[in-house]
Amino acid sequence: MKADKCGLFFESYGQENQIFPSPVQKTCLGAFLLFLLIVPFILDSYYLSLFNLIFIAVIGAVSLNLITGICGQISLGHGAFMGVGAYATGYFMNLGINFFEALLLGGLVASLVGIVFGLPSLRLKGIYLAIATLAAQLILEYVFLHWDSVTGGSNGLALDAPAIFNFYFDNDLKMFYLLFFFALISTLAISNLMRSKYGRAFVSIRDFYLSAEVIGINLFQYKLYAFGISSFFAGIAGGLAAVYAMYITPEQFGIHLSISYLAMIIIGGMGKIIGSVFGAVFITLLPEFLSIVSQHLSAFFPDISTYLLGLKEGIFGLILILFLIFEPEGLAHRWHLIKAYFKLYPFAH
Amino acid sequence: MEYYLQLIINGLVVGSIYSLVALGFVIIYKATKVVNFAQGELVMVGAYVCFALTVQAGLPFLASFVLTLLFSLILGLSIERLILRPLIGEPIISVIMVTIGLSSVLKALVQLIWGTQIKVYPQVLPHEPIFLLGLPISPVYIAAFILAVILFTIFSLFFKYSSIGIAMRATAFDQQAAQSMGIGIKNIFALSWCIACVVSSIGGVILGNINGINSQLGAMGLKVFPAVILGGLDSLLGAALGGLIIGVLENLCDGLAKELFNLGGFKEVAAFIILVFILMLKPYGLFGSHEVERI
Repeated sequence: MKADKCGLFFESYGQENQIFPSPVQKTCLGAFLLFLLIVPFILDSYYLSLFNLIFIAVIGAVSLNLITGICGQISLGHGAFMGVGAYATGYFMNLGINFFEALLLGGLVASLVGIVFGLPSLRLKGIYLAIATLAAQLILEYVFLHWDSVTGGSNGLALDAPAIFNFYFDNDLKMFYLLFFFALISTLAISNLMRSKYGRAFVSIRDFYLSAEVIGINLFQYKLYAFGISSFFAGIAGGLAAVYAMYITPEQFGIHLSISYLAMIIIGGMGKIIGSVFGAVFITLLPEFLSIVSQHLSAFFPDISTYLLGLKEGIFGLILILFLIFEPEGLAHRWHLIKAYFKLYPFAH
Repeated sequence: MEYYLQLIINGLVVGSIYSLVALGFVIIYKATKVVNFAQGELVMVGAYVCFALTVQAGLPFLASFVLTLLFSLILGLSIERLILRPLIGEPIISVIMVTIGLSSVLKALVQLIWGTQIKVYPQVLPHEPIFLLGLPISPVYIAAFILAVILFTIFSLFFKYSSIGIAMRATAFDQQAAQSMGIGIKNIFALSWCIACVVSSIGGVILGNINGINSQLGAMGLKVFPAVILGGLDSLLGAALGGLIIGVLENLCDGLAKELFNLGGFKEVAAFIILVFILMLKPYGLFGSHEVERI
């Protein structure tokens, strides 16, 4: 009997570059996706809405991870770029353009704005770029609030439910499949980008920009690509958030949103796609979890609900600090350790 | 004309507070290369502690002011020891995010303890305006300005002549060289956080005397970025001038936008538009040291 090989043996670069190299991984992922397809029929709309928020957060987090975790350019303006996508999508939809095209246009507008605010990255890096993107965030917030004719100002902008060929996505169940589709596509697209020439260029810019330039990468061009692609997906996430809520207000896209997306990629693990997914799940569920806990505690502390807002913010900050100090590699690293443990299970070494 | 003069003077007063906050920021950045996003929250905590001691505990203002400074000293020490020290040598993004986390925690603590309502300080200085060049100016404003000038003078002298100040400058210049000359880098880091906290809480107390305080005070910490970028991230003089210039420019832009284009709330964003231009034209600011890249 021929002894079969044990483990993964790559015989070409192509094999090694696959997104899912092992059959086990493919099976597990397939089973998980199948599970996600079936699960909405069992859940009520509260849990479905959580899933939907997670899908939107996944797109946003993966796209932020592209610019910050993979290309190393710190962006404090991601929330505002999402806002640009949201407003552009809403604006085009209200003009009568159909949902799908409006969403793509929204992504493109966000991408353009991202590139404009990425221009300073020609000269700036590290902390200076972070501050420039912070300025972008605050300037865009001001535009959302004061460009009344397009954004509706502080009144906000109302939208219709998204429709494709007269099929309206007007409840959580239908939205689930729409958002699931986009989250899957975006995540796969960015994973795929990672193993292309562009992805490798981004990583080399992050690791050491001078060496990257020496081996012939046009820093400026690739940084702008990174800003453009990342903002495109941010715009898609924003547009989806807009049609999901069916209402856009400037407050949704404040600096707190940028910060919570940064927290997602930090907690999930910088530069790891799977990490962004974990981070998105974690940060989206955290406030819900705290609300549930406070409901149970309200028997003992009757006025806990008045403190809930402060508590949520404080615990968010605390978790961020604790992760940075004790688990700087994020949940993706922990996931990797768990997998490694079970892979070798009875024999740890 | 008088309108613009009033704008400039208001700008100078707000600017002197920006300068104070920027001073704290620059001291931390200079010594430890940490970009502190929680600077505004340190201002807020100082203001609230002083408020609690004067109003809630009923101490005389001066006593509670001194106690506030003492509290800030301890706060600075514990922040550095517990949060920043484990992150020495980590990438910039981690350090930025840990200070952002810190700002959330401080803001939440203030909200939990004191609520979100505006708190008004007891009157320390008289309310009758003093007339300067024919313009009415509240004594609090003048006191704020004078206090800022005094603090800057003290710190300039401290950094120039005291041995600790010189050690701090040496650390900022080259950490390894400083360490090999026998300077305790960790003590310097702790000290710079203490100084920054103390300066910020002085700013907070002044601010409380002018406007009263609420839990959104920390948002002002973001305004410190235009000021320090204009002045140069690691220059004390730059922080002082940058704060004043940004304060004045912001008020003028706001006034102009209101007069000419009928735009409201331009104050919030004017400083950041200026910031973008500075970053494009002169990223190291007026007095900042240029980074030289060597392979």
